[in-house]
This record gives sequence, structure tokens and C-alpha cells, in this order.
Amino acid sequence: MTDMKRRTLLRAAAGVGALGTLGAPAVVLGAPRRVVVVGGGVGGCTAAKYLRKLDPSIAVTLIESQPVYTSCFMSNEVLSGDRTLQSLTFGYDGLRRHGVEVVQGTAVGIDPEKKQVQTAAGDRFGYDACVVSPGVGFKWDAIEGYSEQVANETIPHAWFAGAQTQLLRNQIESMPEGGHVIIVAPPNPFKCPPGPYERASQIAMYCKHHKPRAKITILDAKSAFSKQGLYMEGWRKLYGYGTDNSMIQWLSGAAGGEVEELDASTRTLIAFVEDFRGDVVNIIPPQKAGAIAFAADLVDGDWCPVDKRTFESSRHKGIYVLGDASIASRMPKSAYAANSQAKVAVAAIVARFRGQEPGDPTFVNTCYSIVGEEFGISVAAVYGFDSHTNTITPIPGSGGVSPLDASPEIRKREVSYAHSWFKNVINDMME
Amino acid sequence: MEDMKRNESVHTGIRRLLLAMLALLPAAVSAGPSAQAMAFTCAGCHGTDGSSVGPSMPAIAGMDPEVFVDAMKAYRQDERNSSIMNRLAKAYSDEQFKEMGWFFASQRLELFPQRYDAALAERGAQLHDEYCEKCHENGGRPGDAGTLAGQWMPYLEYTMEDFINGKRKWPRKMKRKVDAAIEEAGDDAIPALVHYYGSQH
Repeated sequence: MTDMKRRTLLRAAAGVGALGTLGAPAVVLGAPRRVVVVGGGVGGCTAAKYLRKLDPSIAVTLIESQPVYTSCFMSNEVLSGDRTLQSLTFGYDGLRRHGVEVVQGTAVGIDPEKKQVQTAAGDRFGYDACVVSPGVGFKWDAIEGYSEQVANETIPHAWFAGAQTQLLRNQIESMPEGGHVIIVAPPNPFKCPPGPYERASQIAMYCKHHKPRAKITILDAKSAFSKQGLYMEGWRKLYGYGTDNSMIQWLSGAAGGEVEELDASTRTLIAFVEDFRGDVVNIIPPQKAGAIAFAADLVDGDWCPVDKRTFESSRHKGIYVLGDASIASRMPKSAYAANSQAKVAVAAIVARFRGQEPGDPTFVNTCYSIVGEEFGISVAAVYGFDSHTNTITPIPGSGGVSPLDASPEIRKREVSYAHSWFKNVINDMME
Repeated sequence: MEDMKRNESVHTGIRRLLLAMLALLPAAVSAGPSAQAMAFTCAGCHGTDGSSVGPSMPAIAGMDPEVFVDAMKAYRQDERNSSIMNRLAKAYSDEQFKEMGWFFASQRLELFPQRYDAALAERGAQLHDEYCEKCHENGGRPGDAGTLAGQWMPYLEYTMEDFINGKRKWPRKMKRKVDAAIEEAGDDAIPALVHYYGSQH
């Protein structure tokens, strides 16, 4: 047999094999199954697309309050000027092409008995399964003097990408040379654990060229943070970290970094030991699950407990909670994690519709951070599921962060991979 | 004509055999995630079903399953200059590599246009025919060697850098062929080949 023929055979055989796993629709006769997805972020979009991909007989409705999606991941690049907000903004037409009905509206309640989602406009959407992926909300009362209004007007959180990201960028650009930027980093758990430190890096990247005497202080509630060793290596190499002239300072919780109060009129932060005044102040508040998770009684404390085999809520059957809002430790609250969890939930929903048991789940997280123009770092993990303890556990011997002191070549490649990762996640969730 | 008919019947026979083997697969696999479940976790970097939208992570859809398994084993053993794939590959068994390999082999490769230099690409086409086509058949379309045609150009550049800098083991005969291409075209050889592959989609 020639090589050519061998390949054709492989492909033909493999093609039919795949059909076997994707083929049979959930229902042959009768009304189609309906899934309502609440939230058009990474978790919700991925779930909607993959439901239609795995079983085109399922009717999928996605309810999202914004007309377009603006990605938080990569939005720190707006702060260095490397990227526009527009480049992070995507419409929902890709999902419509997959046959998803996209409804602009805000879900305000879910009735698990009647199996209905209610919107602020008063519409009701019946479901056979409901996916809830609301992302995070903020604990506005955690820092006295900080509020949603202050965030919109003068001291942005910019932890959802959008107008506040642009506001923060504009403030950094118009700050005087030698100005002081303060970033307040939240306690665990929160969305995008490496994000505040990438943010400091991206601001430093801009200042190094445009305001070389500027200082950036991170006031942290924590005493350690994600990819810490790698960030500090990058900061030492690029921004003088560890010297008297360092552009970036990090003050840990133990060293008095925890902030209790804001005086917005003077941009002064009252921390545990002393006060800090900034020319630009960015507060990333402590977090909890998004509003609908509380309205629909899906939380236990601040977050939503789930069966980690399926991501079905432990509080209400038939509702699957994904992404940042769910308790999925040891997975971080990241875009890639939400994307991975959505596929597990979708497979479980499709299996349930077919009267089958859900399979064993597998999860991956990968996350890149850009510390400098040619300095990218990453964290990666593959997770399995322990049914005895209902926990998600990293596969031993795998995963971890980029090596310390890697070659400049690898650091540069990781920047390029970061951009590839961004494009592929966006594409996989909504195109 | 006769030949074709005979080939077709051989083809059908072997396909039936392979299908029968595939049908037995799920029964043979007891616990653990399915091939599909594992392959779906790759999409955030390698695109839905392995068709990466770039710019630097390679497309893996339509790959020969053996090439896939060899690549994954090399990553697992830290035998390839890698930033992240080596860390992820350590989570999987040989059997799981095989299952994922079959999954990606069965996916249609979707290619996307890239910006390339037409003159370089033309030079690359000549070099390819002379030095590469014997192993990377059909202009480097997916086959028994890694996918080159339409592959993302930054990925191809990294790969060639690694070969030339001794950070990746050359497959048999490849070094001799690449050396000969560089002998003929000098510093243009690698960029010409990369632009040629990037020009196909």
C-alpha cells in the first residue's frame, strides 16, 4: 500500500469513528431539548457553541446583558498602549451562525421547579437544562469610600474590560512624569490571579519609555501571588526591581499592604500601617459570584458549589454553574478554566438528555502573562477528577509555571504564544 | 481503470476492518476521560478541533496519528525545545496520546490566509520540490510527516530555529537536505521555505 493510500484509509476510518461519538441526536421524536445559558462570557459562550456542536437538535438560548463581548484577558495590554479596546471587542454573530439564539437581556431569577429563567424585561425562558456563567461581582463595602460610582468616575477597577479600562489608560497617559500609580490587589479567591501583577508590568512597560521616573506600587492583601518568582525575575531584568530605583514596588499584606479605606478626593489609600497617595489609583475590589448566582440561590457563602464531575449545582438540579462563579478549586478563576469547564458541563448535559451517565471529566488551564515586550510567562495544568472527594486535582508530575531564568528566546516566544492563545480562546468560544 | 477498481475494493475492505476495530475501542477503554473530552481541552491553544487561528500555535487537525504520538512523547521527555507543551504532555499516558491522535487525525484541517512574500514563496517552492517533497509530500500537506502546507509561519520559524540550533533532534536525512538547501540558497533558504508553506491555504 502506498503512503497516500494509507493516509486516506486512516482518515476515512477516523472520520467515521468521530461520527460515532458525535452523531446521535438527543431526541428523534417530540419537542427539541432546550438549554438556556445565562451569561455571554467565556463559560457561557463556549457552552452554547459546544452544545450545538455536539447535538444540533438542542435549542440553545444565550441571555447576555451586553450587546457585544469585551475580553478581560489581554486587556492589560490596553494600559501599555499595545492594544486597543476595539481589538478586544467581539459580536455574538459567530454564535448565531452556530444556531444559538442570542437574547440581549439581564437574567434576574431562575425558578428551578418550573425550570424557567426570568429577565429584567419580564420575559421567561423555559429550559430542560440551564447553564449559569455569570462571572464575578464585587464586594463594594470591603473598602470604605469606594463604590461603583467612584469606580466609574475617578478610581477605576478596570476588572471588567470596557470604559474603565480606557479611563485607566487615559489617566496613566496624562499623569505627570515621575507620577505615582497605585494598584490595590484583592485577597483570594479572585478572577485572573496573575492579572494585577501583569497590570503593573504593562503600566511599567509604558512608563519605561514615556515616563521613566514614574513609580508603580502594588498594595496587596496577600503575602504571595501567582507566578511570583517569574514576575520578580522579569521586574528585576526590566524595571530595576530590588534596587533603590525600582519602578515597581510590591507591598504584601504582611508588610502593611492591606487597604481599609479610600479618600477619593485626594486619591489617598489608608492602609494598615500608613497612607499612600497616588496620581493614578486602581482598586481591584474583593470578589464574589455574579449577581444572578445570589438571586437564584446558587451560592454557599460567596461562591457556587458544584458537582465537579458535571458542574451541576449542588443546590439546584438541572442548573450548571461554570467559570469564575463556581467553586472549582484547584482550578483558578481564568478564561481557559471556564472554557474547559464548559465542555465538561456540555458533555454531561448531552449525556443526560440521552439517558446516559456522564463520562470522566478532564480539565486544562493555561494562562499567559506579558511582563515586557519580549518577556512572556505562563502557567499550565491538566486536571483529573476524584469522585471520592468531589475534587479537581492536578495530574501528578505535570503542569507548573515557565522555568525560572529561561532563555530570552523562550521568553520572547511566550509573548507570541500569549497572542495565539488569546485568538484561539476567543475563536473556540464564539466563532 | 482495473487498477483503480481493485484499489477501491482493497480500500473498502481495509476500511471495514478499521471500523470494526474502532467499534471495539470504547469497550476496551474502561475508565478515564474519552478521546473527545481530552482533545477538547487543547482547543484554547490549538483551535476548535485542532485548526489553530494562529499566529504561532500550530494547527494539529488532520495530523497523522503516529506523528502526533511521536511529537507528544518527545514533549513529555523534554526532547523538544518547548515552553508549555512539555509541561502539559506529562499528564498523559501513551494510550491517551494514541486516542487524541486518532481524534485529531479525523478532523478536517481548516487553513487561514497568511501574509507572505510572493518572490520568497516562489523560491521556496523550488527548494521544497528539490529537497523536502520526498518526505513532506504534496507540498507538505498533512501526511506521514508533520503538516507544513498552510502551517502558521511563526511556528515554522521557531521549529527551524530549533533544528538549526541543535535544540531539536533532526529526523533521519533531514539535516543533510536542509544543509543542501542552505548551501544552494544561503540565508534565504529557510525564510523561502517558510513563506512557501505559509502561502498555501
